[in-house]
Amino acid sequence: MNEFVETLLELTWHEPKSSYDVVIIGGGGHGLATAYYLATQHGITNVAVLEADYIGSGNSGRNTTIIRANYGIPESIRFYQHSLDLYSTLEQETGCWIMHATKGLLWLAHTESAMRNERARAMLNTACGAETVLVDPTEIKALVPQLDLSGGGRYPVLGASYHIPASTARHDRVVWAYAQGAMQRGVHVLQNTPVTGLIRDGDRVVGVRTATGDISAGVVMSAVGGNVSQIAAHAGVRLPVRTHPLQAFVTNGYAQGFGPIISDTELLCYISQTARGQMLIGHEYDRETSYSLQSSFQFLQANAIKMSYLLPFVRDLKILRQWTGRCDVSADFSPIMGFTDVDGFVITTGWGTWGFKAIPAGGEAMAELIATGRTPELIEPFALSRFAADHAMADQGSTGTR
Amino acid sequence: MLIITCPNCGSRPVEEFRFGGEIPQPPESITDPFERDLDQVWMFTNVAGVQTERWFHDAGCHRWLTATRDTSIDRFVD
Repeated sequence: MNEFVETLLELTWHEPKSSYDVVIIGGGGHGLATAYYLATQHGITNVAVLEADYIGSGNSGRNTTIIRANYGIPESIRFYQHSLDLYSTLEQETGCWIMHATKGLLWLAHTESAMRNERARAMLNTACGAETVLVDPTEIKALVPQLDLSGGGRYPVLGASYHIPASTARHDRVVWAYAQGAMQRGVHVLQNTPVTGLIRDGDRVVGVRTATGDISAGVVMSAVGGNVSQIAAHAGVRLPVRTHPLQAFVTNGYAQGFGPIISDTELLCYISQTARGQMLIGHEYDRETSYSLQSSFQFLQANAIKMSYLLPFVRDLKILRQWTGRCDVSADFSPIMGFTDVDGFVITTGWGTWGFKAIPAGGEAMAELIATGRTPELIEPFALSRFAADHAMADQGSTGTR
Repeated sequence: MLIITCPNCGSRPVEEFRFGGEIPQPPESITDPFERDLDQVWMFTNVAGVQTERWFHDAGCHRWLTATRDTSIDRFVD
């Protein structure tokens, strides 16, 4: 980790032991949150989190930091709403500033069929406890004066669903808050420790292999982003997951304040303002599967055009940075959490384009699952076994998945 | 990866094609017919390496082609 960052945090690094009660593969948000809740809620501190690079170097450091709960099926809305609630109290709970800010999220509609979708979304979300209202163009203009309601003459805005509690937080700080909280309670976080294999005893997974030696474990959890199919293959588990690249970029600072987050499922892109004032623009994931982290010019071009129709001011901004993350997209676009067919190996994956917002609820539920040996009711619908039971949780509830 | 070689149309830009995904291959170790069907329908090898996959030439000859691509670097291989 960066030396400056280390001075901000109270992190205690440990030498690896040869055995732990729980070994978590992947030192991102989900892995560290699970370790944190194992320590705080269940008193289990003989835990190691193994990270191949530095903590938060994977998708936890590459996402677009949006926290929202306006999904398309009741099970998902309930789960993400719980996560949103946990995020709103995370600063008090951990004592760490995560730069949490409630902004509201507008999902724009340009056609009558999209308006029907947004009407249905607002009703379903409100019924399931995620505050969402339908707004007309006048109200949209009051929320975002910069928006061109004619969409450059090409994408007229007919209305939107407005998800009021949607917020953002600084992604690195979320990772550090959980790492600090877990490490203060005795959890070992081992950086630069890639897992090269799993140790099996008959049908059970009993530990992990690393370059620096074997570590045995009562339970091994995979909280890996990107390479999850390879980790699961070591345990003989096949996953309904494909890895797609997902790109995003930021511009230089836009001096005026920009209120809500704007998302557009017809143009397949979204925009928000970071705490530094930069405009952060994201897009659907790349159609072909790939583990490559290369960024593309096509992505920049397509998004710059679409965004300048909606928000003419972005034409005057310059692109500062673009980057790519690896998305584990499940076959039904919902996450996969819980037990596998292999004893001692649990998994949290399929976080596709919606993993950051689920960090607190996902971590809390996985910690309960490991501590009690039972699947918490909140994540029961998201078990890997749902595919064999023909009960897919189809929900393309993200801008990136239309 | 910018260019795809179509057997009918030659070298064409990637924007003309639609990605059809990896060709499902249930592993030999799965013998139970139900398990094989389940794997065929839902599961993916999702290899970080050379993958045999399908592409559809949407803006060209309108035919499917089979290609091999190294997914770790996103480049086609012969």
